[in-house]
Amino acid sequence: MAAINRDDVAHLARLAHIEMSAEELDRMAGELAVIVDSVKSVSEAAGDDVPATSHPIPLSNVFREDVVGHTFTAEQALSGAPDSFEGRFKVPAILDED
Amino acid sequence: MTELNNSELIRLSAAQLAVKLAAREVTSVEVTQAYLDRIADVDGQVNAFLHVNAEEALAVAAEVDAIRAAGGAEAEELHELAGVPIAVKDLIVTIGQPTTAGSKILEGWHSPYDATVIKKLRAAKMPILGKTNLDEFAMGSSTEHSAYGPTRNPWDLDRIPGGSGGGSAAAVAAFEAPLALGTDTGGSIRQPGAVTGTVGMKPTYGAVSRYGAIAMASSLDQIGPVSRTVLDSALLQEVIGGHDPFDSTSLTDPFDTLVAAAKTGNVKGMKIGIVKELHGEGYQAGVENRFNESLELLKEAGAEIVEVSCPNFKYALGAYYLIMPSEVSSNLAKFDGVRYGLRVLPKDGPMTIERVMGATRAAGFGDEVKRRIILGTYALSAGYYDAYYGSAQKVRTLIQRDFDAAFAQADVLISPTAPTTAFRLGEKLDDPLAMYLNDVATIPANMAGIPGLSLPGGLADEDGLPVGIQLLAPAREDARLYRVGAVLESLLEEKWGGPLLAQAPELKNAALGTASNSAGGSN
Repeated sequence: MAAINRDDVAHLARLAHIEMSAEELDRMAGELAVIVDSVKSVSEAAGDDVPATSHPIPLSNVFREDVVGHTFTAEQALSGAPDSFEGRFKVPAILDED
Repeated sequence: MTELNNSELIRLSAAQLAVKLAAREVTSVEVTQAYLDRIADVDGQVNAFLHVNAEEALAVAAEVDAIRAAGGAEAEELHELAGVPIAVKDLIVTIGQPTTAGSKILEGWHSPYDATVIKKLRAAKMPILGKTNLDEFAMGSSTEHSAYGPTRNPWDLDRIPGGSGGGSAAAVAAFEAPLALGTDTGGSIRQPGAVTGTVGMKPTYGAVSRYGAIAMASSLDQIGPVSRTVLDSALLQEVIGGHDPFDSTSLTDPFDTLVAAAKTGNVKGMKIGIVKELHGEGYQAGVENRFNESLELLKEAGAEIVEVSCPNFKYALGAYYLIMPSEVSSNLAKFDGVRYGLRVLPKDGPMTIERVMGATRAAGFGDEVKRRIILGTYALSAGYYDAYYGSAQKVRTLIQRDFDAAFAQADVLISPTAPTTAFRLGEKLDDPLAMYLNDVATIPANMAGIPGLSLPGGLADEDGLPVGIQLLAPAREDARLYRVGAVLESLLEEKWGGPLLAQAPELKNAALGTASNSAGGSN
């Protein structure tokens, strides 16, 4: 498997919406390279015949009655919002204008 | 009038307090105030609490006292732990108190709803003393990744209290609370228990509702009890456990024999398995010595010690550090400066939502959280998914098979909880990989969803610091851990002549001067 480099980290940081300074990218790339190297043996541990486990205790068909339960008022839902307007979350421009 | 002074009162176990409260030898207001006074005295040094909830706690205590004083049916119906105070890890949402998750991104945020476990504490009328410190979003093994400063270990203030739930463990160890709630994703209840000389229980995945615990890695996270005795953890798990329709992973099993199991502990004829891969090389000598001593005591009490092997455990840490960050990267995407918490505007350039998210998350998250989000984003990205995340999920199956084989030979498994005693603050902060190794013995239980209990096993010879003993049982067999744990606890306390925490150094009243604290003090 390929090692993780600074360009990868810059790309991943953009995907994850985390702004990073040049210094931070340098440091993070070094740290992540060590971590990725230490976990790579995992890919050799299991053969193709081993099924994946996504959930530790298998449960299936967890349903409930389709009735309206507790809901928050708009005021409660907006109580922690950094900005709101007329009962809605207010955000800066969604589309880049340039 | 109470015959006990406050110093004696705060050292009682929750079970002992419950008896005195029911007999009206002491009031809940007296108990709650004694703990609030203790917090005021020592928390300046320990930093276990991020928020103290004095007013509400005293109001709940007064309500319990009034019901008991009035007598009658309402007093009869009070829960056994009514009036016994508790501290709550600040990853669990509460109405009326801030919830920060130890992060700047949620500074000052108030949840509009209570976690299910909080609703259950309120129904049992247990006064909530406040919210305890943790590594940011529960990511860490030392509490040093908290945005609000590290918690210190009451046994030695220069050392870490474990993590992520160092605040809950230190609060209980420093007699700032008789009980606390923690969350355990890879050991965050058990490892702090081990290094602070307290008890910590990770229940079976789904035995306690996760609704209202801010999710770190949803397939691994579990809320559980933190206490000073095995019985107290059993009492608390029965309060907080049970099926919850708000958590689709919640189990319908009753888990109602835990207290009985702790009270009727017996290991005669039980098979207790030593996991070959979970001790020996890489474990501190003093940890090994205390571990061997516990094995001897269990053998003398009639248990049969067998050795089992779990060969795939060597992949557990690596697989965990792929699965957990993958789930982290998804769960923490919601902290984007739109619906709650911090919003930071970019210093210059176009003011678009994407750039606001980038600036908010850059300023709001600490280094460890960023590392794990990036690692998880990497593990889930096209081209790497099968090699990383897919392989790690297969390892999860192998670990479950190892446990199945082990539990075919033994009723419970036993190991040290952590490879070392508490290390010094700062010692591993710049070496993420060294920090991750602390969880090597606790992670397999989370990967398989099985319950794990850590209890004090004594003090390491070389540094006089607490060592934790971990017990593991098959899924849904939480009661077995309480049964064996209570036996081992009583055998060890007989040997020590009292609880291990009685040997902890006295914390000086912060108001009277600076910390002077020597490790390994004894009385």
